[in-house]
Amino acid sequence: MARAVTTQHKVVVTAAAWAVALIIFFPILYTIITSFKSEQEAIQGFDLIPSFTFESYADVQSQYNYFKPFMNSVIISVGSTILALLIAVPAAWSMAFSPTRRTKDILMWMLSTKMMPAVAVLMPIYLLFRDFGLLDSRIGLTVMLMLINLPIVVWMLYTYFREIPGEILEAARMDGASLWNEIVYVLTPMAIPGIASTMLLNIILAWNEAFWTIRLTTTEAAPLTAFITSFSSPQGLFWAKLSAASTLAIAPILVMGWFSQKQLVRGLTFGAVK
Amino acid sequence: MKLKTLILGLCTASAFALAAHAESITIATVNNGDMVRMQKLTDDFTAKNPDIQLNWVTLEENVLRERVTTDIATKGGQYDVMTIGTYEVPIWAKQSWLLPLDDLGADYDAADIIPAIAGGLTADGKLYAAPFYGESSFVMYRKDLMEKAGLTMPDAPTWDFIVDAAKKMTDRGADVNGICLRGKAGWGENMAFLTAMSNSFGARWFDENWVPQFDQPEWKKTLETYVNVMKEAGPVGASSNGFNENLALFQQGKCGMWIDATVAASFVSDPKNSTVADKVGYALAPDNGLGKRGNWLWAWSLAVPAGTQKADAAKKFVAWATSKSYLELVASKEGWANVPPGTRTSLYNNPEYQAAAPFAKMTLDSINSADPTHPTVKPVPYVGVQFVAIPEFAGLATNVGQLFSAALAGQSSVDDALAAAQSAATTEMGMAGYTK
Amino acid sequence: MATRQTQTLARSMLAPAVIVLFIWMIYPLLRTIYFSFMRYNLQRPETYGFTGWNNYYYLFLDGGFWPSIVNTLVLVVGVLLITVVGGILLGMLLDQPMFGQGIVRILVISPFFVMPPVAALVWKNMILSPSYGVAADIAKFIGISPVDWFAQFPLFSVIMIVAWQWLPFATLILLTALQSLDGEQKEAAEMDGAGFLSRFWYLTLPHLARSITVVILIQTIFLLGVYAEILVTTGGGPGYASTNLPYLIYKVASVGGDVGRGSAGGVIAVILANIVAIFLMRAVGKNLDK
Repeated sequence: MARAVTTQHKVVVTAAAWAVALIIFFPILYTIITSFKSEQEAIQGFDLIPSFTFESYADVQSQYNYFKPFMNSVIISVGSTILALLIAVPAAWSMAFSPTRRTKDILMWMLSTKMMPAVAVLMPIYLLFRDFGLLDSRIGLTVMLMLINLPIVVWMLYTYFREIPGEILEAARMDGASLWNEIVYVLTPMAIPGIASTMLLNIILAWNEAFWTIRLTTTEAAPLTAFITSFSSPQGLFWAKLSAASTLAIAPILVMGWFSQKQLVRGLTFGAVK
Repeated sequence: MKLKTLILGLCTASAFALAAHAESITIATVNNGDMVRMQKLTDDFTAKNPDIQLNWVTLEENVLRERVTTDIATKGGQYDVMTIGTYEVPIWAKQSWLLPLDDLGADYDAADIIPAIAGGLTADGKLYAAPFYGESSFVMYRKDLMEKAGLTMPDAPTWDFIVDAAKKMTDRGADVNGICLRGKAGWGENMAFLTAMSNSFGARWFDENWVPQFDQPEWKKTLETYVNVMKEAGPVGASSNGFNENLALFQQGKCGMWIDATVAASFVSDPKNSTVADKVGYALAPDNGLGKRGNWLWAWSLAVPAGTQKADAAKKFVAWATSKSYLELVASKEGWANVPPGTRTSLYNNPEYQAAAPFAKMTLDSINSADPTHPTVKPVPYVGVQFVAIPEFAGLATNVGQLFSAALAGQSSVDDALAAAQSAATTEMGMAGYTK
Repeated sequence: MATRQTQTLARSMLAPAVIVLFIWMIYPLLRTIYFSFMRYNLQRPETYGFTGWNNYYYLFLDGGFWPSIVNTLVLVVGVLLITVVGGILLGMLLDQPMFGQGIVRILVISPFFVMPPVAALVWKNMILSPSYGVAADIAKFIGISPVDWFAQFPLFSVIMIVAWQWLPFATLILLTALQSLDGEQKEAAEMDGAGFLSRFWYLTLPHLARSITVVILIQTIFLLGVYAEILVTTGGGPGYASTNLPYLIYKVASVGGDVGRGSAGGVIAVILANIVAIFLMRAVGKNLDK
C-alpha cells in the first residue's frame, strides 16, 4: 500500500467507522450497562449511566450457579468442534487435493443437510436421544452439535485447503517425502491459520446454538443457553437480571472473539486470497 | 489388573451405596418469582429429608410447557415433579399420565385448598396436581386518576363503566392511558384475557356440538369493545404487550386501569419497584349483567408424572411445597406479602396476611367467582374459564390470538378477524374429529 | 498426482464425513416423512395412526400457510440484502486506515457472539419498545411520536434484528476478501483515471463475487430456519404478517402438539429449501468455480 493517505482522510474515516461501530455495538453495550442497574432503573427510560449495583449479578448467581452451565458450554462447544475437525480435516483434505467430478456436488449436498428447520425434526431427534439414553448428556449434545456444524466446517476447510498450491506437494513428493511427512511438515503448517479460524467460528456457532441445547438437556448437561432461558420473561421486572445473565452468557465468547479477532479474520477467506 | 478391577468394583459399589442413600429428584418449574423463592428455600426441605436431593430445572413458561409436554407424552422420564397449569391437568389426568395426589400426608389438609382451585385440578374426584399458587384476574386501577376523572370505582364494575372510565382517564399528553390490556398473540396471552372477557359477554368458543362460535354476535361485541377501548384509551404498541409489558407500564404510572392476573397486585403495590404503589385500588373483573364476570382462573401446580421411579420422594416434595407450613416458612423469611397466594382458604383467614396484602379479599372473591366447570352463560361441552381443556386448544388459540392481535393493531377489521378465526377453528375441529 | 493409491486414500478420508452426515440427514428426514402421514398429536396418543395426506391437506387450509411461505422468502431475501450491501460498505470502510482499527472491528463483529433469543429480547424490550425502548426515547427527543415497530412493520422489525446478528459475519468475510485485493491493481486503476464508482464496479465487485456467494449460501441455510426471534418479538403477528414456515411449524407442533402436521410442514420446508438452493446455485453458483 504505497498510497499516500492524508491525515484528513484518516480522521474522516475514523469518525465514520467509529460511529457505525458504536451503533452496531449499542444493543450489547446497553445490555451490559443495564446489567449494572437496579430493576427499577432499567425500565425508567434511556440512561447510559447505571448506578453500578451488582444486585442483579448476585440475584442471578443465587438462583442459578453460573459455573456448571459455563463448564457445560465450554465442554460442549470445544468438544464438538474438535470432533468436527477430526472428521472434517481428512474430508476437506481429500476433496481439495484429490477432487473428482462429484466433489462440488458432495459439498453442496453436505450443506443441504442443514436445510431442515430444527423445529420440524424435534420429535425424531428427541425420540432417538430418548431411546439411546442420551437425553441430558454432554456426549449426546456434543455429537449433535458436531453434526450440525460439520458441513460448515468441511466447507471452510475445503476452501482454505484449496488455496494451498499443489506444486508444493509435488515438490515435497519429489524429494521423497512420505505421505505422513507431507502432511505433518508441509501441509499442516500452511493449514494452521485456516484450521484455527474454522475452529473459532465453530466454537462461536456451537456456543450460541439455542434450540437443541435447551430441548435435549435438563440439569446435568444444560449449558448457558438454558441458563439464559431461566431468566427470560418471568412474571415481573427482569430486564436488569436478564441483562446480567446475558452478559455472563456472552462474556466468555465475546472475550474469546476479541482476542482471536485477527485470527478469525485471517482464516475466513473462503478462498478469496490469491 | 486384578487390583484395578477391585478398585473399580469398590467405586461402583460405593456409588451405588451413595445413590441408595441420597435419592435425587428433578423438578421442572417456571421461572416466576414465587418458584424462584421456593428454589432458594430448599434447605428447609433437605434438612427435613436428608435422603432426598433436589435438582431444579427453571425455564420460561413457553419452553417449560413444551419440554414437559414432550417429556410426558414420550415417556422421556426426565422429571419427577412438573410444574403445570390448570389447562394441562384435566387432559393429562385423563391419559393417566399423572399420579393421583390423594395421599400427601395426614397434616396436609387438602380440604383447606380453595374449592374453585381444587376443582380445576381434580378429575374423577381425585386431586392430580397440588396448587402452588393460584390466581384469577381483576381490575387494578389508579385511585388518584379515578378521582381526577370524577368517578368512583364500584367493587363490581360493568364493562360500560370500565369503557367510560378508560376514556375519561386517558390523558395522552401526560402519557397516561386509560386502560392497559394484553394484546400479544398467544393462547396464554391475549387469548386468556379475551376468552375470559368473552364469557362475560355471553360468548363461548364452541356450542354443545363443538361447533365454533366466532360467527355469533357475542364474540363480535366482545372484540369490538376490546378493540375500540384500546384504540381510544390504550397504550401504543398494545399488540405486543403481554403481562410483563403492561406491568412495566402500570408501575411507571402510564396506565389508569389494568385488568390482569391477581398476582400482579403484589408487584404493583411493591414500593420498591412501583412508582404508584400507594395509589392502587382493586375491583372485580367487569361484567355485563349476564351472570358471568370476565375473570379467569389459573393455578400453577405441582404434579408427579406416572412414569417416575421416585414417586415417594416426589410426593414428599410436592406436599412440602404446597403445605401450610411452607406458607409460614416464606412468611417467616420474607414476610407475609411474599407468600404464594391463591391456594389455601386458611391463608385468607389469617389476619397477618390480610394486613400485609390489601388485595387479599378481592383476590379471594375473584377466585371464588370463577367457575371452570360452568364458565359461560350458554352451555358448553368443555371445562376451563380462559381456555378450553382439549389438547388442540393451545395451537388453535395461538392462531386465533394472532388474528385478533391484527384487529387490535388495526391491520384487519373485527369482522375479518372473526371470520378468519371461525374458519381456522372449523378446520381444526374438523381435523381433530370433534365435528364432522 | 492422482494415482490409484491416493484415490483410495482420498475416498477413505472422505468417507467418515459422508457417512455420518448421510445418517444424520436420512434418519430425521425419513422419520419426518413417516410422521407427516400419521395422525400424531402428542396429547392424544389414542388417535395415533395412518392418516394419508390429511396433514398436508389441513396445513394448506391453514390461513397462515401461504403467507408463511412468502414471509420465509421475504425474510431470507431481506436479511441477505441488508447484510450483503451493508457488509460490502462496512468492509470497505473498515479496510481504510484509521485510528483504533482493532477496536472498531471488534465492536462491529460482536453481535455475532450474542445468542439469538437474547438478541431478540434485547431488541424487543430495550431498543424497539414504543413505551420504554431507546428508539422511542430518541423519537420523543426529536419530537416525533414513537413508532410501534412490531405492529406497523412486524416483518421488517424481525428482518432488522436478524440482519443485525448476521451483518458481522458478512462483514468479516467481505473485509477479508477486500484486504486481499491487490493494492497495485487498485493503484493502476486509479492511474488510469478510473473513478471510484467504476473502480468499485469493475474491480472490487468482481473480486468479491466469490465471497458474496459464500455469504449468501451459508446465511441462507441459517435464515431458512429462523423462528426464535419471531417467537420472542411478534409472536408471528399481527395476523400472519410475520409468520414464517419454521414459526408456523413451531406453532403447530410445539405449541399445538400436532407432530403429524408439524412434520408435514417440515417436509414442505425441505422442499422449499431445495428450491431455494437450486435457484441459488443457478444464480450465483458459478462464482464458486472461480
